Amino acid sequence: MRESFMTIGDPVVDCKNVNIYYGTAQAIFDVSIGFARNKVTALIGPSGCGKSTLLRAINRMNDLIGTVNTKGEIVVDGENINHDSVDVIELRRRVGMVFQKSNPFPKSIFENVVYGLRIAGINNKSTLEEICEKSLRGAGLWEEVKDRLNESALGISGGQMQRLCIARAVAVDPEVILMDEPCSALDPRATIKVEDLITELRENFSIIIVTHNMQQAARVSDHTAFLYEGKLIEYGVTDTLFTNPKEKATEDYITGRFG
Amino acid sequence: MSKSFWKRGEPFVWASGAVLSIVVLFTVVLIGVVVKNGSGVFWPTALVTYELEDGKKALGEFVKREEHSSKKGEFRNQLKIGNRDFYSLDFKWFDDALVKNKKIEKGMLAFERLEYGNFYGLINEVHVPEGEELQGGSLWEQFNAAQELQEPHVHTLEKLEQSIKQVNKKAEKVRLKRLKKVYHGMSEEHAEIVALDAEAAELKSGFKQLMLTFAEAEKVLEGYHIKVSDINGRSKEIELFEIVRAYRPNDMGLGAKIGFYTLKIRELLFDEPRESNTEGGLFPAICGTITLVFLMSLLSFPMGVIAGVYLREYAKDGWMVRLVRIAVNNLAGIPSIVYGVFGLGFFVYGLGAHIDHLFFPERLPTPTYGTGGILWASLTLGLLTVPVVIVATEEAFGAIPRGVREASLAMGATRLQTLMRVLFPMASPGIMTGFILAMARAAGEVAPLMITGVVKLAPALPIDGEAPFFHLKRKFMHLGFHIYDIGFQSPNVEAAKPMVYVTTLLLVLVVLLMTSVAIILRNRMKRKFTIGAF
Repeated sequence: MRESFMTIGDPVVDCKNVNIYYGTAQAIFDVSIGFARNKVTALIGPSGCGKSTLLRAINRMNDLIGTVNTKGEIVVDGENINHDSVDVIELRRRVGMVFQKSNPFPKSIFENVVYGLRIAGINNKSTLEEICEKSLRGAGLWEEVKDRLNESALGISGGQMQRLCIARAVAVDPEVILMDEPCSALDPRATIKVEDLITELRENFSIIIVTHNMQQAARVSDHTAFLYEGKLIEYGVTDTLFTNPKEKATEDYITGRFG
Repeated sequence: MSKSFWKRGEPFVWASGAVLSIVVLFTVVLIGVVVKNGSGVFWPTALVTYELEDGKKALGEFVKREEHSSKKGEFRNQLKIGNRDFYSLDFKWFDDALVKNKKIEKGMLAFERLEYGNFYGLINEVHVPEGEELQGGSLWEQFNAAQELQEPHVHTLEKLEQSIKQVNKKAEKVRLKRLKKVYHGMSEEHAEIVALDAEAAELKSGFKQLMLTFAEAEKVLEGYHIKVSDINGRSKEIELFEIVRAYRPNDMGLGAKIGFYTLKIRELLFDEPRESNTEGGLFPAICGTITLVFLMSLLSFPMGVIAGVYLREYAKDGWMVRLVRIAVNNLAGIPSIVYGVFGLGFFVYGLGAHIDHLFFPERLPTPTYGTGGILWASLTLGLLTVPVVIVATEEAFGAIPRGVREASLAMGATRLQTLMRVLFPMASPGIMTGFILAMARAAGEVAPLMITGVVKLAPALPIDGEAPFFHLKRKFMHLGFHIYDIGFQSPNVEAAKPMVYVTTLLLVLVVLLMTSVAIILRNRMKRKFTIGAF
């Protein structure tokens, strides 16, 4: 192990020698990385470096693209999720996801939050209401929308929508929440709200966030991994990595020399 | 300067506007012509009296005036003179030069009759059977009184007709039952057959009795008759029950005219046709059209949606799917008559004949399902419209942003859950658009129906109060075919012309009604399920 790679004891997600191919083109080269429990880990790197691909491998969203082929082990809770016997539906309930572009369903705010519960077969009204309130409070959205829970989720602002998507992910109580550039479509004020939220969520969830925004990574994350051309270049505690990068490429990237 | 003028695209905007205006204009003109000609048909027109140069007179409804094609500056007028039993022509041209005087006289009568079309003229005498008294002074009042007097008798007759129909139906049932038993090897002497024969004999004697009563009732009705004469004094006796309606257009006020108009509209919508469809109502055709479209939807919509969903959501994209897609698109472009021929060959002569062999072998060679009927016609139309629904469904699903799909799947939803809970609601407006197009196309289609079960005059409706309520094997009437039939197959084309406009108007209205319901539904869904931009 090179000194630029931090090792995590008892990781919540442990990737071992992961290689990912789009057809014949390889996107991820032999990446091994463990993500810490109840911490925020940022994946940074220039566009096309494979950070989103790696992220989407953790809840097997890459399966939706027929041509993607994942090799190596990704262990979530002691179980290799790339094994055929793994129930993808069950996995995605444990590993939630928030996307770059907020994507609420064309349903009421309430129905959006409880969607994950409904598809899991929970239809008890009081349970749903309780979890809905808890999740919306957790996402800092409760005060803003409590009077219009039954109105369409498409009628709220972009920042609210993204927080609603976070509330939706939180509602099913996953262990890990994956975030794929969650703030890139938001204005600065909404971004700050989401960032505050991420910091709060750390207490209960393990978060892996892909971001293009270096300041954001520095602000919200505990650990940072730098990927370049599909390879993991450096992984460490955020403060150390930003102030004292061990690799030349990392330094070049975070100082804005390329990317 | 001029280069930037073209670049800015102003002329293009004008041109698009102009093209749109032309399209709108065409539509407005088309609808306008139909409405103008169709809506005025039932308005009572005055009866004009022409005094001719030769001393004779003519009475009729003014139709149109036009210039002689050969003689410039000379005009002629067309009158609907009616009285087909006298003149054998309903319409006649009168040259201006031969008409001495034109006037509208009070008291002129118009009779709508069960046969021979309208009669225009005057009443001379009113007769009722002996023992009944006619009150009132003028002949018109006497006529109305006589009509009231005969009313109970007409009712009796109608009731008798109903019972005769019932008996006939029962007899037919018994006959079919017997046929089936004999076919399945029961001997002629078997107790059940003997019982059936006895039943049939009883029905037959009952039928004979009914016919006798019917003849008597008819005789009573014959006692009510009037003597009428045309404007030149030629007279004729008409039985009262032959008269559907009598009115005096020249004496009607606006209120009376409006009353008459509404009465005629009601007749149009709720009554049966008369006089080889050129008079009376269109109820069977309206009912047939709506039932047909409804049945067609039952087949075409679910099939189209399911096929579309499979193609878009489940099928792996490859040459096979592409081939299917091309085939579906081409299917939408096949001439409808080809579908008709297919329907006749496959449904009627294929499926229908097999059903007959399997379930009704005793009735052969009389076909039960092996002949055109509303089921086969709607199946044929269903095939015709399925491609439209498939394409619309595919487009609707294709237009859903990938993010929504991913969001649902990332929540741990299965593909089916994603489909049912998120994608379907979002695609529903688009699917509805497909339904609307399919419905509009099906309602206006005539060619395939002509060989799969539409008829000029159907004895019974496809839906009625008789179990099992839906009679899928019955033949039916259709507004579109009605237009073709009365407009181009009628022996008296001139007299049928107004009805062509009315039927066209009605067809347009029926289609409009059905599609607007669908459009309202779609807009409601759209409001609910469309992603707002932020």
